[in-house]
Amino acid sequence: MSKPTSLFVIFFSLFIMSEAVFEDQVGKFDWRQQYVGKTLFAHFDSHSQSSNKLFLATDKNIFASFNSRTGDLLWRHVDKVGPEGTIDILVLHGQDALMVVGGGRLLRSWDTNMGGLNWEAVLDTGSFQAACFVAIQDTVKHVAVLKKAAISLHYLTNGHQKWVENLPDSDTVQYQAVYSGGEVEVYVLGVVPNSHLTIIAYSLEDGEIIKSVEAPWLSSVESSCVVIGQGVLMCVDPATLALYTLPIQAEEAPQFNQILLQSLDLEVSLGFQPVLVSSQPHPARSPISEFFLQLGPDHHVLLQLNADGYTIAALRDFQPAFLVSFATTGEKTVAVVMTPKNETACDINLFSADSGRRLLDTTVIFPLDLNGGKPFKLYVHAFLKKDDSVDYRVLVQTQDHALTFIQQPGRVVWTREEALADVVTMEMVDLPLTGTQAELEGEFGKKADGLFPMVLKRLSSQVILLQAWLAHLWKLFYEARKPHGQVKNEVTIETLSRDEFNLQKMMVMVTASGKCWSRQSLFIFVWSQLFGIDSKSGSILWKHYLENVQPNAVFKLIVQRTTAHFPHPPQCTLLIKDKDTGLASLHVFNPIFGRKSHIAPPALPRPILQSLLLPVIDQDYAKVLLLVDDQYKVTAFPSTKNVLQQLQEMASSIFFYLIRSDQGNLSGFRLRKDLSTERIWEVVLPTEVQKIVAVNGKRPNEHVHSQGRVMGDRSVLYKYLNPNLLAVVTESTDAHPERAFVGVFLVDGVTGRIIHEAVQRKARGPVHFVHSENWVVYEYWNTKSRRNEFSVLELFEGTELYNSTVFSSLDRPHLPQVLQQTYIFPSPITTMEATLTEKGITSRHLLVGLPSGAILSLPKMFLDPRRPEVVTEHSREENLIPYAPEMPIRTEWFINYNQTVARVKGIYTAPSGLESTCLVVAYGLDIYQTRVYPSKQFDVLKDDYDYVLISSVLFALFFATMISKRLAQVKLLNRAWR
Amino acid sequence: MASVPRLCLLLSIIPTILILCADFACCNTGRKTGDGLDTDFSGFSVPLEHSFEVDDVSRFRMRGALQLRGGRETSVSLSQSQLSEEDRNTLKEVAAVDGLYKIRVPRVSLTDRQTERQMDGYLTAFVRACSLVESHLSDVITLHTDVSGYLIGVSIVTIPGACRGTEVEDEVDLEAFNTTLTIIPPTNAPQPETALFIERMDIEHEKRGKPQEQKSFFAKYWMYIVPLVLFLMMSGAQDQSGGGAANGGGR
Repeated sequence: MSKPTSLFVIFFSLFIMSEAVFEDQVGKFDWRQQYVGKTLFAHFDSHSQSSNKLFLATDKNIFASFNSRTGDLLWRHVDKVGPEGTIDILVLHGQDALMVVGGGRLLRSWDTNMGGLNWEAVLDTGSFQAACFVAIQDTVKHVAVLKKAAISLHYLTNGHQKWVENLPDSDTVQYQAVYSGGEVEVYVLGVVPNSHLTIIAYSLEDGEIIKSVEAPWLSSVESSCVVIGQGVLMCVDPATLALYTLPIQAEEAPQFNQILLQSLDLEVSLGFQPVLVSSQPHPARSPISEFFLQLGPDHHVLLQLNADGYTIAALRDFQPAFLVSFATTGEKTVAVVMTPKNETACDINLFSADSGRRLLDTTVIFPLDLNGGKPFKLYVHAFLKKDDSVDYRVLVQTQDHALTFIQQPGRVVWTREEALADVVTMEMVDLPLTGTQAELEGEFGKKADGLFPMVLKRLSSQVILLQAWLAHLWKLFYEARKPHGQVKNEVTIETLSRDEFNLQKMMVMVTASGKCWSRQSLFIFVWSQLFGIDSKSGSILWKHYLENVQPNAVFKLIVQRTTAHFPHPPQCTLLIKDKDTGLASLHVFNPIFGRKSHIAPPALPRPILQSLLLPVIDQDYAKVLLLVDDQYKVTAFPSTKNVLQQLQEMASSIFFYLIRSDQGNLSGFRLRKDLSTERIWEVVLPTEVQKIVAVNGKRPNEHVHSQGRVMGDRSVLYKYLNPNLLAVVTESTDAHPERAFVGVFLVDGVTGRIIHEAVQRKARGPVHFVHSENWVVYEYWNTKSRRNEFSVLELFEGTELYNSTVFSSLDRPHLPQVLQQTYIFPSPITTMEATLTEKGITSRHLLVGLPSGAILSLPKMFLDPRRPEVVTEHSREENLIPYAPEMPIRTEWFINYNQTVARVKGIYTAPSGLESTCLVVAYGLDIYQTRVYPSKQFDVLKDDYDYVLISSVLFALFFATMISKRLAQVKLLNRAWR
Repeated sequence: MASVPRLCLLLSIIPTILILCADFACCNTGRKTGDGLDTDFSGFSVPLEHSFEVDDVSRFRMRGALQLRGGRETSVSLSQSQLSEEDRNTLKEVAAVDGLYKIRVPRVSLTDRQTERQMDGYLTAFVRACSLVESHLSDVITLHTDVSGYLIGVSIVTIPGACRGTEVEDEVDLEAFNTTLTIIPPTNAPQPETALFIERMDIEHEKRGKPQEQKSFFAKYWMYIVPLVLFLMMSGAQDQSGGGAANGGGR
């Protein structure tokens, strides 16, 4: 008997839970943006003239293809994270894209049309050095891969190895380059630094010739030599300021021919390492004999090797010029030069490569973004117009990893902000009210100045509101007459305003600090970026470039003032802390417009240990941020007189905690009136037993609507809702599967009291956990059963509350009851977060990011330690699902249906104005935004709600009552007359 | 020898709670009752210190001695002296300015006596002095240990815990501590209950009785299916020939 009922309960609960997207809802409330990361190699599809494909290989181990007209991603291959998947080189020939992956581990060939894998060949071990195509008689048939100690030749059609040769003296000679000019020989260039150059020629069939050339000045072929013309090696030596030429193919013992830069009237900038740039348009032919020599950060010279192979002619001097590049279409090769125009723009011009003449009407203007990085690299796609002149489009990579595609005469076709592939933290900020709404709000903010002016003000604001409403109606009417699809809702920063239900917000995202090594100035740029993104459309509304952010920086984004305090602008603060030194800096900005605030942040000369946002507000409604330095001194920001006074008054009730995970030390402090601190509690977890891996408090903006749970017998089980509770997760130092454990400590952050201490035996991390309301959910790896498990801890005060009016950590002597249950989860997870709603009435769901890219919305109902093992009358009354050891994963719970989020790193949830709705942003390589309705949309009418039917029925009923009333009256009257 | 108690500690899931009301008026502060001879069996003692100062600068003094016994059943007892006249006054003064009453114990291991000396530092906890005064020195001190028997934390609460501002007139109420002392080892988190679940499923299966020998669908209805299939085949063949003819006509 119990079985069918329990089944019924499960079925019923699932029926309630089931939520999936209908086909017509796809993309209505959600969007996804796919990113690839910093571009390492980029090639245009030159296979056919009309093709508009662009191929990128990036530092995120991704090989992707874009539509160059729109910037849309056509396909993308995401390889393993880390050195196993690094792309060493990407070369393109015809329809084949050749790629060496994983430090010379694999050679792959991709079909550029569809993005399918043609073949994959496993290479011999050895670190990768270089690769090039090898052609015989104008057809490219092979690819040569140079490793540290061997060179191998592979067929282009199937990847089979034609031959492999061990390189002689590979322990002393550093082989760095491989060259093929379309003849029957492949040349390998190696160098013994500051001694000599070794050239080995391999015939395609077999056999080798070794030549050795004295070159005591040469230290690296890779950085200072290129091959130009008919197989002439051109090297530059910064010490002697000279160019050296050497014919590689010479029969007898060749010699370097020295050409002093002075003889060409060229001068190298002080301390600059000259760089050569050359171009080999087709692997079956030799490179062009023109090349660029960079003499300074913004000084390039176009040079030409004369036909004799010894003398050099200077074609044109470019100063200033940021970037140079060659591009080839058909038989024509052009030089592309980017020169600064003014503060906000750069010019890009084409020059004929063989003469150095400027081609007319080829200027393209590249707009320089002051909030972006400087241009870093040019990728040029040249093509022939109908009248045989050269036209081109340019892909500009800037230092902030952004890609901008420009075509003549300077139209930006598309921009991709690839820094967003590495978001580290984010916040959602409410949009400001519209002007009229703000006007109305402003009325309440000001001080009363008499009855009459107040009435006048009220009337005027009402008139303004009426006006706005009429304008809105007119707009609606006007737009309704327009055909559908023409109505565009362009989001700009000016038109941003809060919608009725506060569903549209500003997403402020912080990207990981990026590194960009600039050749021009021999300087490593370290930076991070802030983005403001509209949550409805996903369009980037502003960005801000933060310079000199160390690569190991950790970020904390704090909303100090929301938009609710008109006319004060909202204020966000980004705390950037160097992980090693602990030194921190603050960046204060307006999250709606991205502008840096004029408020000067305090100087922080000492390392910062802890930052805490107090509920205390200053006279401008900004919450106070307290920063604790390594001497336990406290800095307040903002630190006005008002704030300091408030702090002094409240000092004895301001507690904070510090955690030193390297010492296993948790300690609590109390603020004193003079803003010094005193240590009041200390808990030490010995590091020889376990180490602290994560500490998590509750989210400050979380609301819990119900204080307890009604049980089957109508009594109430009160929740233990301690806002100061910290969940501390530890892992054992002993990694043996039998002895490893995961510890979960619940510590009160004010008193340091250990509320609960649980040990999950035979378990190890990575532990993901969520701490909210009165529960902690954590996930770990069970080393004995080799599976992932979920465990839930819930804290209850019992059937009676100790003090129902207010919670104080200092006055709660009884320990809570702790219930715990564990379940098997059939998948590993990458991140976890809980939904959050405005008032906390809606039931909670856990959002679990899976490695497959799916985001699972798991009802908290399934993670309830009160799930009974044996179904009873009471548990059925309470709607508890009977215990089952395995947690189900239902595909209809995937909130992102087929829009997988690659390498999901974090999930952010924010409440909206609707109680039923929670806004969710998942970020990783991609960014996905959607809304979830954990208890379905109980406060929203459906899209297809039939207003006409309901109102007509109402009217019909109304008239029917009227008529029948009249009829009844007549009938009564008639009866009375009778 | 050291590994046996540790094992025992792991086994003792239910902590032994030993309550000791400190009514011995004659106990000397800090005098170790367990002498060198029987430390292995009757445990060892560590000092419990407290500090309450009007200026909130910690100056820890001896409050009593904790007798720790890390045997089969970990137990702890406390011997402590009465508060002196001076201390009582200070405590009242501290309570009046809402100061803190702090206690501390040294970090020790209950099982491994060798490492006790190597660990330095203290575990500290506090309670508001006023609540201690108002509860007439009835406090609950809890010692927390980790899996290997190290003391990791100490906590102190008073019952009742609130400060209502009631004046404690009687000096006698502030003389002796009425201390409840417990030691809490970590609880073992549950594993997924697979065995019980399977057992329950089996029982339910048995309850339902053995299901009748299920005939396959085909075995049950072959007498209907075979004629139908035959009929379809026949008509299909006709159709095909008809269709072929039509195709032929089309060409």
